[in-house]
Amino acid sequence: MRSGRRKRKLHLSKLYSFTCCRASSFEDELYSQIGGRGYSRVVLCNEHGGNLESEVVRDYADNSVRSTKYTPATFLPKSLFEQFRRVANFYFLVTGILAFTKLAPFNAASAIFPLIIVVGATMVKEGIEDWRRKKQDIEVNNRRVKVHKGDGNFEYTEWKNLRVGNIVKVEKDEFFPADLLLLSSSYEDAVCYVETMNLDGETNLKLKQGLEITSSLHGNLSFQKFRATVKCEDPNANLYSFVGSLEFGDQKYPLSPQQLLLRDSKLRNTDYIFGAVIFTGHDTKVIQNSTDPPSKRSRIERKMDRVIYFLFCILFLMAFVGSIFFYILTKDDLQGGSMKRWYLRPDDTTVFFDPKRPAAAAAFHCLTALMLYGFFIPISLYVSIEIVKVLQSIFINQDIHMYYEQADKPANARTSNLNEELGQVDTILSDKTGTLTCNSMEFVKCSIAGVAYGRGITEVEKAMGKRKGSPLNHEQVIGSEPNSINESSNGKASIKGFNFIDERIMNGNWVNEPHADVIRRFFRLLAICHTAIPEMDEDTGNVSYEAESPDEAAFVIAAREIGFEFCKRTQTSVSTFELDPVSGKKVERVYKLLNVLEFNSSRKRMSVIVEDEEGKIFLLCKGADSVMFERIAKNGREFQDKTMEHVHDYADAGLRTLILAYRELDVEEYKEFRNKFSKAKNLVCADQERQIEKISNKIERNLILLGATAVEDKLQNGVPDCIDKLAQAGIKIWVLTGDKMETAINIGFACSLLRQGMKQIIIHLESPEIKALEKDGDKLAIIKASRQSVLQQISEGAAQLTAYRGSSQQAFALIIDGKSLVYALDDNIKNMFLELAIRCASVICCRSSPKQKALVTRLVKSGTRKTTLAIGDGANDVGMLQEADIGVGISGVEGMQAVMSSDIAIAQFRYLDRLLLVHGHWCYRRISSMICYFFYKNITFGFTLFLYEVYASFSGEPAYNDWLLSIYNVFFSSLPVIALGVFDQDVSARYCLKFPLLYQEGVQNVLFSWRRILSWMLNGFISAIIIFFFCTKAMELQAFDSEGRTAGRDILGATMYTCVVWVVNLQIALAISYFTMIQHIFIWGSIAFWYIFLLVYGAMSPHFSTNAYQVFAETLAPSPMYWIVTFFVVISTLIPYFSYSAIQMRFFPMFHEIVQWIRYEGKTKDPEYCHMVRQRSLRPTTVGSTARLAAMANDRRDRTTINRR
Amino acid sequence: MIVRLSEFDNCFYVGREHKSPPLTNKMMEMEPQSAPTPKKHSKKPKYSKFSQQELPAWKPILTPGWVIATFTVVGIVFIPVGLASLFSSESVEEASIRYDDQCLTEMHSENAVEFIQNGLTNKTCTTSWIVERRMQAPIFIYYQLDNYYQNHRRYVKSRNDKQLMNPASEGDTTNCYPQDKTNDSMPIVPCGLMAWSLFNDTYRFSVNTNSLAVNKKDISWGSDRSSKFGSKVYPKNFQVGGVVGGAKLDENIPLSQQEDLIVWMRTAALPSFRKLYGKIETNLEVNDEVEIVIENNYNTYEFGGKKRLILSTSTWIGGKNPFLGMAYLFVGGVSLVCAIVFILLYVIKPRPLGDPSYLSWNKNPGLLK
Repeated sequence: MRSGRRKRKLHLSKLYSFTCCRASSFEDELYSQIGGRGYSRVVLCNEHGGNLESEVVRDYADNSVRSTKYTPATFLPKSLFEQFRRVANFYFLVTGILAFTKLAPFNAASAIFPLIIVVGATMVKEGIEDWRRKKQDIEVNNRRVKVHKGDGNFEYTEWKNLRVGNIVKVEKDEFFPADLLLLSSSYEDAVCYVETMNLDGETNLKLKQGLEITSSLHGNLSFQKFRATVKCEDPNANLYSFVGSLEFGDQKYPLSPQQLLLRDSKLRNTDYIFGAVIFTGHDTKVIQNSTDPPSKRSRIERKMDRVIYFLFCILFLMAFVGSIFFYILTKDDLQGGSMKRWYLRPDDTTVFFDPKRPAAAAAFHCLTALMLYGFFIPISLYVSIEIVKVLQSIFINQDIHMYYEQADKPANARTSNLNEELGQVDTILSDKTGTLTCNSMEFVKCSIAGVAYGRGITEVEKAMGKRKGSPLNHEQVIGSEPNSINESSNGKASIKGFNFIDERIMNGNWVNEPHADVIRRFFRLLAICHTAIPEMDEDTGNVSYEAESPDEAAFVIAAREIGFEFCKRTQTSVSTFELDPVSGKKVERVYKLLNVLEFNSSRKRMSVIVEDEEGKIFLLCKGADSVMFERIAKNGREFQDKTMEHVHDYADAGLRTLILAYRELDVEEYKEFRNKFSKAKNLVCADQERQIEKISNKIERNLILLGATAVEDKLQNGVPDCIDKLAQAGIKIWVLTGDKMETAINIGFACSLLRQGMKQIIIHLESPEIKALEKDGDKLAIIKASRQSVLQQISEGAAQLTAYRGSSQQAFALIIDGKSLVYALDDNIKNMFLELAIRCASVICCRSSPKQKALVTRLVKSGTRKTTLAIGDGANDVGMLQEADIGVGISGVEGMQAVMSSDIAIAQFRYLDRLLLVHGHWCYRRISSMICYFFYKNITFGFTLFLYEVYASFSGEPAYNDWLLSIYNVFFSSLPVIALGVFDQDVSARYCLKFPLLYQEGVQNVLFSWRRILSWMLNGFISAIIIFFFCTKAMELQAFDSEGRTAGRDILGATMYTCVVWVVNLQIALAISYFTMIQHIFIWGSIAFWYIFLLVYGAMSPHFSTNAYQVFAETLAPSPMYWIVTFFVVISTLIPYFSYSAIQMRFFPMFHEIVQWIRYEGKTKDPEYCHMVRQRSLRPTTVGSTARLAAMANDRRDRTTINRR
Repeated sequence: MIVRLSEFDNCFYVGREHKSPPLTNKMMEMEPQSAPTPKKHSKKPKYSKFSQQELPAWKPILTPGWVIATFTVVGIVFIPVGLASLFSSESVEEASIRYDDQCLTEMHSENAVEFIQNGLTNKTCTTSWIVERRMQAPIFIYYQLDNYYQNHRRYVKSRNDKQLMNPASEGDTTNCYPQDKTNDSMPIVPCGLMAWSLFNDTYRFSVNTNSLAVNKKDISWGSDRSSKFGSKVYPKNFQVGGVVGGAKLDENIPLSQQEDLIVWMRTAALPSFRKLYGKIETNLEVNDEVEIVIENNYNTYEFGGKKRLILSTSTWIGGKNPFLGMAYLFVGGVSLVCAIVFILLYVIKPRPLGDPSYLSWNKNPGLLK
């Protein structure tokens, strides 16, 4: 029995395309390196415990993984180091250390305390984040897997306990705990199916096969005596290569990636496998591969750094000026032995005040001043921003309007540092499929034997119908679009992936068609030529399919519905039930699967070679029209013209088409092919792929055309609407897709990115000259000609644009294909290309590879220096997402890859308008106002200190008590700013969406322009000056109360401080226009807290509170002077800003203020008025349905005026 | 991660979403929510006005009404307050006598520093002053110094609070250099420049040849006496040897009762300052001639400071300073003017509603091209 099975298997594996490498290729160059450098790993399989030889194994890493940044030991030094890499923090650290010297104007503890709070808060945050990662690690490390404990016993153990060489048994739907060498599986020939979604985002199953020699190890017991040695390459990051050899018995067998099961992939469709652990823990390929995603910082933060440097400059300038004065005054104190200010004892002093060495004293003074004026730099700015951003992210995640019910997915801001960047997006680069369109494909039409079948109407056809239809009911049409999508999917709701209605071939009627045999072959091909795997639902008997791509699933489903049900796949065969039209019975047919010539993007086709029950060998092939028509045999072109026509129509209707063809092979031809093919398959070098392609290419010729299929790629819900909103907001939208030009253009029309009357500039390389060159195959000539052609087309486009410049109504669209893009992205041409693209209203790049997507993104990002947002859902968008300033991942159905490399994940494209126009706008506004305000409050405070120095002969004595100084930023002014940063809204979400132009405030960066920043700073200086002079003038000399006592340093300081606290808090109340309870509590609470603090602090022992001892209770509070001075100074200080903003609000309102007016005046319900405001905001060349409508109206108007004439 | 790009450009999976296994692998940072059983609870955000940022809010904008009302109210409040302050300030009677130059005899006017430093010269000087308006007791006596930097960092720091409060810390003279120890290394109590430079001019008053009592009690803040200057700390080694700065202290009176010192050591904020010297508890009538005998001891000549003697009454607002009242009136007036200007502006130039031509980017359409 056993030998018989083996015999059969041998036979089959020869035929099967995944045949493992044979010993013949063992002398291959790569294998000779085993044991050498880079290939030194030795794994002793199944050697556990006490074995002498295992000492070799000992030093391989264990299987626990650590994704944390810190360990308990390194946390402190490492996170501190991270913290002090920030300039501002480092500055405060230096001043904090200096504060322990005699130089300090205040006591050291008060200087170091805020720094500790700020750094501590950030470190706690780091710690919590790392703790979360740690918990994940613990969870992963403690997963359990069955491992061989000797004598054939398999016991559960934690992942982290796995050692190199262990034998593990992984069961169905479990993850592999480490990189395993596949020994055997529940299948006889040691194959297993693996899902690698976590590795590469691909959802299709991959087939792995163990070595034949180990495939017989089935039962647990068979591992009792199993010993083998694996020698292989050292750990590396290449997921798709593996070189090694297995020494089993006396023989050596080569190993390939085909035997390697990677950690984090999952066993599917296989009951269990046995594997030997090869790489563990951090040696595994997936972990070797994981690199941190590029860290992105927002534009505002980068600018903020520059502002901080600017503040440093002011700080140094002030310190320097102060030091000069100090130098003069100090030098003056001692003139030839006679003292001036004798009470300072300049004759007997320290170096800090020594008139004999005024330069040294001034230098030291400069350090003191730097410490004192340090209040210019908002110490808590970074930590406040971080807190605010985290809270903002929570709001984004919590937004119920961005929650996708069907998939149970809310929005997920994965990084919080880009929130405000969302409000500044200038260009959106969008993937098409899965982003703009649904992840579902529906089989709608086909053309068989030159006859078009299928009466279904596609979404695009509907859209086009509307476009051509009367423009009057346009509004209604736009409105009903999402509904119609729902209808079509819900109304019929019959079979997912199948939307084909044609009574001519359904229900077995196809037999009556003229070319019944072609139809049979057509559907048979659909049922056989694929890589899908059927899954039988045991309860209902229904078959569902797991396929590599949804179009493939749609084909199999279509075939099933017509009556060619694909029901079973084994390693070597494909079985179908065919409905026999004569008898009406289901007949099972089994096709021997001889070879699969797989799909790849360069081949653009896939074929299978099968042997049917009569022993005839067929090559069945399906592929893109561009590659298929040239492979059709002369005698197979019967329907070519008709089919081409249909294909063209289908593409026009926005459908994806594939050409189906077949060919019968004679046995000799096949044998020759088989030999060559298996030889090529056994090559391990890089050449393998090329060889296989060459051989496949040879056999996929002289095909006989059967027909074409058309699959619809459906637009997602709400996409046109969303695009319209974004376009109205002045955001440019580029579509980067891998689709062909026709499909892309059609989707463009469906999304209103293109419209009739828009001039299309199409750049492609399909001209006859280039095609002719391509036939010759002279590569250099092709490149030269192509580049020339692209260059010419670009300059022609530019010329067109320039010609039309006068008439602003003309909109342009640029459409470029992947081939041309290769040249357009050349260093010499790319700027020209970009310039052209920017001037076009919409840009569509079709047929672009993932790399090109990333390159285009980089070009736009670096070329325009504006914020770019990339949105996509697939692994092929990862490059683009990482390259763009913001990557938005659609957490759709195509794996996690895009989401994992994105910054923010949303479930549907249609949420993008809310994400940008509402959250982006708010966050941008919040953060920029917050930063401006931070600078304001610190300058107000810091500059009063400087002004006081003028009156204290620049000696460096602060006006305020030490502790009051240091907690200003932490307690009295931080919460209202945080409330501003988290809760402020200029206008509500509804108005953000109603008046999308509001968004331009972010794109133009009006709220964080230098002008605005400097204005706020100026406001700070003015406030400081008013506070200082009014306070000092009012309390200067005379008695402070009716008891006749005068105001000293303590009283003046506390009064000024009170004014500062009031002013900065009232200033924020003036600046915001959105008061919830939270704002009220924070603003008034901060002011109240100041008094409470002063009371409590004043009640502490005078040793601690020094000159603030009892200052409020005893001196300030009982004195009417204090209260009326405070009242006067606070109001007077705010009057300039108040007048300014009153004038600005009324006479020079910004757009958000206009909207506020509209809301205030209750005109939002007045459609005409709103229209007027919105109309003003439309740019003439914009895209989107509103613009389309406007263009149509214009057209009509023009026409009527012409008619009248 | 190195990403292997999907072979199909558009490779999707039909009907996977409901089947897709929970993502439990955690090699890289992933969604935090991927619990092993995500199906059990929906991830739907809970609706609350807070989480949806729809909290009821007061959304004021600066409408003409608000602006005009604010300015008017400020004007209406400020002017009476200003008038009241000004009135109170004006009701204060104040006499200011500069004597640093007056008390220099002709022969010393050229070498004032020498004069003041010479311990032997007679520094008594007499001046008189006729009361112009009635002064209600208590009449406060101040001395005023100009160009005197009590707020200099060296000066402010040059004291030791522990020593002042606690008799046990007598030897603690940190921060007091150079006035920390005597030449024979005895600690000075109170130490430091601040105490050392204590003002030492004295004044005697007489009206119509009757001498006026000067009350020196309660001229300092109570908290200073109780908590900053010890009642058991007595001056020691003060102003002995070396350079003598200012006044000497009676070694038998504890610091808490040395009110002149306490007042002096509550440092002034600005280089011109007044300090309370004492109180006269009797009223001064119009045309009373007050004779003042000044001991002009304190050296202000060296740094060019001025000395003044001030007699002043007080009211609820303190002493005489018209600044606050005037400033109130000024700002109140300006507010009213602003209110009127705004009224006129709103009447004359009604805002073209919703005119986006004000938008910066619309002014410069080139930006958007």
